[in-house]
Amino acid sequence: MGQQHDAYFVPTKSYWPFVAAVVMFTTVVGAAHWLNAEPGDGGFGKTVLTVGVIGVLAMFFGWFRSVIHESMAGSYNHQVDVSFRMGMMWFIFSEVMFFGAFFGALFYIRMFSVPWLGGQGHGVLTHEFLWSDYAASWGMNGGNGPQHVGGNFSTVPAWGLPLLNTLILLSSSVTVTIAHHALRAGHRGKILVFLGITVLLGALFLNFQAHEYIEAYKELNLTMHSGVYGSTFFMLTGFHGLHVTLGTIMLAVIWLRVLKGHFNKEHHFGFEAVAWYWHFVDVVWLGLFMFVYIL
Amino acid sequence: MSHAATHDHHDDHHGAPKNFFQRWCMSTNHKDIGTLYLVFALLMFFIGGSFAMLIRAELFKPGLQLMQPYFFNQLTTMHALVMIFGAIMPAFVGLGNWMIPLMVGAPDMALPRMNNLSFWILPFAFTLLLSTLFSAGGGPAGGWTMYPPLSLQSDSLAYVVFSVHLMGISSIMGAINIIATILNMRAPGMELLKMPVFVWSWLITAFLLIAVMPVLAGAVTMLLTDKYFGTNFFNPGGGGDPVLYQHIFWFFGHPEVYIMILPAFGIISEIIPTFSRKPIFGYKAMVFAIASIAFLSFIVWAHHMFAVGLPLGAEIFFMYATMLIAVPTGVKVFNWVSTMWGGSMTFETPMLFAIAFVILFTIGGFSGLMLALVPADFQYHDTYFVVAHFHYVLVTGALFAIIAATYYWLPKWSGRMYSEFWGKMHFWNSVIWVNVLFFPQHFLGLAGMPRRIPDYNVAFANFNMVSSIGGFLFGASQLIFLGVLVHGVFFSKKKATDRVWEGAKGLEWTVPSPAPFHTFDVPPVIHDDELAHGHVND
Repeated sequence: MGQQHDAYFVPTKSYWPFVAAVVMFTTVVGAAHWLNAEPGDGGFGKTVLTVGVIGVLAMFFGWFRSVIHESMAGSYNHQVDVSFRMGMMWFIFSEVMFFGAFFGALFYIRMFSVPWLGGQGHGVLTHEFLWSDYAASWGMNGGNGPQHVGGNFSTVPAWGLPLLNTLILLSSSVTVTIAHHALRAGHRGKILVFLGITVLLGALFLNFQAHEYIEAYKELNLTMHSGVYGSTFFMLTGFHGLHVTLGTIMLAVIWLRVLKGHFNKEHHFGFEAVAWYWHFVDVVWLGLFMFVYIL
Repeated sequence: MSHAATHDHHDDHHGAPKNFFQRWCMSTNHKDIGTLYLVFALLMFFIGGSFAMLIRAELFKPGLQLMQPYFFNQLTTMHALVMIFGAIMPAFVGLGNWMIPLMVGAPDMALPRMNNLSFWILPFAFTLLLSTLFSAGGGPAGGWTMYPPLSLQSDSLAYVVFSVHLMGISSIMGAINIIATILNMRAPGMELLKMPVFVWSWLITAFLLIAVMPVLAGAVTMLLTDKYFGTNFFNPGGGGDPVLYQHIFWFFGHPEVYIMILPAFGIISEIIPTFSRKPIFGYKAMVFAIASIAFLSFIVWAHHMFAVGLPLGAEIFFMYATMLIAVPTGVKVFNWVSTMWGGSMTFETPMLFAIAFVILFTIGGFSGLMLALVPADFQYHDTYFVVAHFHYVLVTGALFAIIAATYYWLPKWSGRMYSEFWGKMHFWNSVIWVNVLFFPQHFLGLAGMPRRIPDYNVAFANFNMVSSIGGFLFGASQLIFLGVLVHGVFFSKKKATDRVWEGAKGLEWTVPSPAPFHTFDVPPVIHDDELAHGHVND
């Protein structure tokens, strides 16, 4: 525990946390105004939201830059490293719980709410009196509920783009691991190649997902409004896609840092944190592929 | 440790920065950030309290007296949100910030800048939340639980959801920081099973926070998309179910209840041994009891929903699981009483509040057991009995523990002794009026008075008037608290000693009073006899 170091490290004062609070506030104020604006009147909210988002990006850039500078100057001892590791692990755990809420919603809807609407369990009377013709199956024949919210739609077949995306993400987990091994062996060229491939695979995934969304909206009539099927489909894949986007950006930053020679065989927590995050995104996708697309 | 780091560290070694903005907005100091949290919580306590005063004024007599029902609904909603997320939780985080590094021999929190961010999000989040009261459509009025479809009717929903997101981010970062501090920053010799119970309680609470705040974020995000983006999670016509929201919300909500009481258990487990001049009875049992309660909190959520129409098997499971919680809670109450048993006790203000906690929290625990019974809950559900129950656990439980902790550690923070006479005045006024306030609400609930309604049957008039009088006087009593605090921080002539209390044991009492801006530059070497629980493993 405390034995490896002879003194504690406490970072110096920083204005980044306060800036972070201000820009987060700006972002949500803008978003809330925009959501509540009358149609065609969202200008103010949009402006504030844009300023906020740019502020958040600038804040991340500035805060991480100062941390990287301190790290490069050798300010951080072993204990700080362990704190960072714990911070990242528990952050990922909190993300797992966030996705847990949406997976929980999906399971509840498929196991309980749709069958109950179809008259199973104690949903007999609801079914009888309100929607006695509702067949209560999942997918395109009832996934949008007894009122067929959003109209007829088709589902995205699992064995097309989603399968391809699964293979892409799984390969990217392999390439990031090869890059990690190369980092520990000190082969910078190999790191750059395999980490670069990982970034490209992440971008490819996002590209395919964008195609899938466009096809869903234009060809399949599968939208956010397609009853609870559309709700769970787009919320789960959407939040996952957002995390892939963040992960890809993070990997790209790490690639640049490798190029600049920020890491060595022993000290490369930034790399590892992003690799953990990438594996987490990968595992979430496997859950999605299983429960959203296949089953 | 490199030279650069040593240099960085010694930059502000000699004390707090003079510049106001630098000191309070750019801080990396756990004591300053702890102070910010505590002052913020006190401010929110009075704002939330003023909402409560208005509620009790409206309920003073039957009939609509002062306000329209819609505003009354905003008051009950805001009172809960402000007290839970603005007063109780930040107060505990502030106490944890101040005391955990002192108690485990750490120089600061593990991630001091993130600590500062965790705090500074809160004033902005509450600005956003409270601003809705002044908007054209008014604030949220669907209750703090935000059940759809009612909550979806309010234009303030986006503001509330975003402020809940911000509070969640703040809580998660604060909790990560506390876990990393406790697991990574302990001084050599401070083994896990020698830590103060308060530190243990916060370790477990922090785990609960990280596990459930994201779930709340998910739940309110679904509300947001249901209202603004056309999703159908809670719309049966689209295949969804409003009860789904209740499940997700209470999967967060029940652990949240324990997030607001476990640190209180820790505080009481520090104070009672000090003023009984005995080590805590059953240290390990206390730690395991907290862990058991935390585990059980994940499998009891549906006891908030017995009346909503759950399958019978679910009702029976959640009833028995809920009643199981009485076992570890009983262990704790038993151990507090056993700690006092045969001790040479004195009754300074923190001890008075701690003893009141043990008795009154237990009343809240018993009414909780009554509510856990499914058939009985069909009668009690959404009545004033529930209101009485959770105010016993939250006001005489969590709040009394926070007040006790404030009196207990204030001399360590300010270096001055508060006025014992006025502290006791505060105690006796609080403990009497809080019972006048909440005890009659049990009877009102058993007689059938529903909660969250601004008007009531004349049959309920007498008890409501008694409750309101208790409420006004309990509220007024807190002004004494404010006076004692201001005097005890700035004006008291009586200097505190390092140990402060004769029977106090633990690392925090070995540093000077007031605690210097930086404590423990190097890891202190800790001997078992300096610790409150140093010999428990013998």
